[in-house]
Amino acid sequence: MIRAFLALLRRDLALALKAGGGAGLGVVFFLAVVVVTPFAIGPDLNLLARIGPAILWIGALLASLIGLDRLFAADAEDGSLDLMFMSELPVELAAAAKGLAHWLATGLPLVVAAPVLSLLLNLEPAAIGALCLTLLVGTPAITFLGLVGAAFAAAFRRGGLLVAVLVMPLTIPVLIFGVAATGAAIGGTVPFGAPFRILAGLSLGALVLGPVAAAAALRATRE
Amino acid sequence: MRLAVRELTCRRGARELFRGLAFTVEAGRALVVTGPNGAGKSSLLRLLAGLASPVAGSVRLEGAPEPDAYREQVHYLGHLDAHKLSLSAADNLAFWRDMLGGVDRGSALEVEEALDEVGLAGLGALPVAVLSAGQKRRLALARLLVAERPLWILDEPTTALDARAQALFASHARAHVEKGGLLVAATHAPLDLGPCESLEIGRHAARTASDAGGAPR
Repeated sequence: MIRAFLALLRRDLALALKAGGGAGLGVVFFLAVVVVTPFAIGPDLNLLARIGPAILWIGALLASLIGLDRLFAADAEDGSLDLMFMSELPVELAAAAKGLAHWLATGLPLVVAAPVLSLLLNLEPAAIGALCLTLLVGTPAITFLGLVGAAFAAAFRRGGLLVAVLVMPLTIPVLIFGVAATGAAIGGTVPFGAPFRILAGLSLGALVLGPVAAAAALRATRE
Repeated sequence: MRLAVRELTCRRGARELFRGLAFTVEAGRALVVTGPNGAGKSSLLRLLAGLASPVAGSVRLEGAPEPDAYREQVHYLGHLDAHKLSLSAADNLAFWRDMLGGVDRGSALEVEEALDEVGLAGLGALPVAVLSAGQKRRLALARLLVAERPLWILDEPTTALDARAQALFASHARAHVEKGGLLVAATHAPLDLGPCESLEIGRHAARTASDAGGAPR
């Protein structure tokens, strides 16, 4: 079972990192959102520093959703999904392996890119550290909540928009506590630990519930 | 071990494809399913593979080592080859070996051996995207050889295969059946499986028959 899990993880990572696999797409989107923001806001450094964490989190949230619609749909179209049902690997774990691969290829690069992009938004070192930590903890939650939408997108052909519509509301708490924790690190009345722990809790919950819900969706929508 | 199908009813939308379909396939036997386009051959095979749930009736593998894990006893080869075009042929095959393999590897072949067997020797490093349709189908057949499973469910297995590859497929299928495996194949072209039973599903009824060597039932 572990062998099958690792095989699926390896294959999805290899597919994502190949040319045209879409791993770079999220980072480029993230880069685009963050780079154009200072131009739109204007040269008010204090304002940029204040809204910077929110901009970075919004960029990371949207970038994390990119490519999710193809996560199961690609496997459904070439017949791989059928065969995954024939494996000894439970569908829940198959969904988890795919989610993990997607996060490693799409979410982790966002965390790595965030410190560099933070400089564009005039964030102070403490805020950069807090932002990276919250993104590291929060982006897996977005990906694993997104698994549910990705599973439905596999059933409804061309369900690209569906993923955003289904998943976006679920990710709002992650966004709220991610930005709150980053804000708390650079001032404010709430200590950093309180929102950060809630964020970590949301993430752990999503890691467990996301694959289970995605597997249920895949089973329910399979004819 | 035997595949027992009882009172199977299949519906696609409002249309009923067949009702009360019942047959058994014993270990060491092959069953060939024929019928006109749209008669429900592929739907029947998806039911037999456990990929769809029947409206009524049951599909069971009696005497299987793990009766609860039906789908893990079955190799399903559908119309889609389930290859990833950007990965190499060997990587695709190794992936499905790990996904489908299970603990007991038995007499399953290594990736290179299986590629050899289906006539793709030396092509393992190529991305599947550059293979021809027939070569992709050969690669899909190689999947049956890298993981050991007793029941093969094959939907038009020889599509796009040339005459040599068809003969190659037939010899592997016969070897599987002779080892005590079970095989159900839907086809329009003769498969040269040796003695086998046949099942014809039509618009109104389904009937079973046996050809040379098959026991009448």
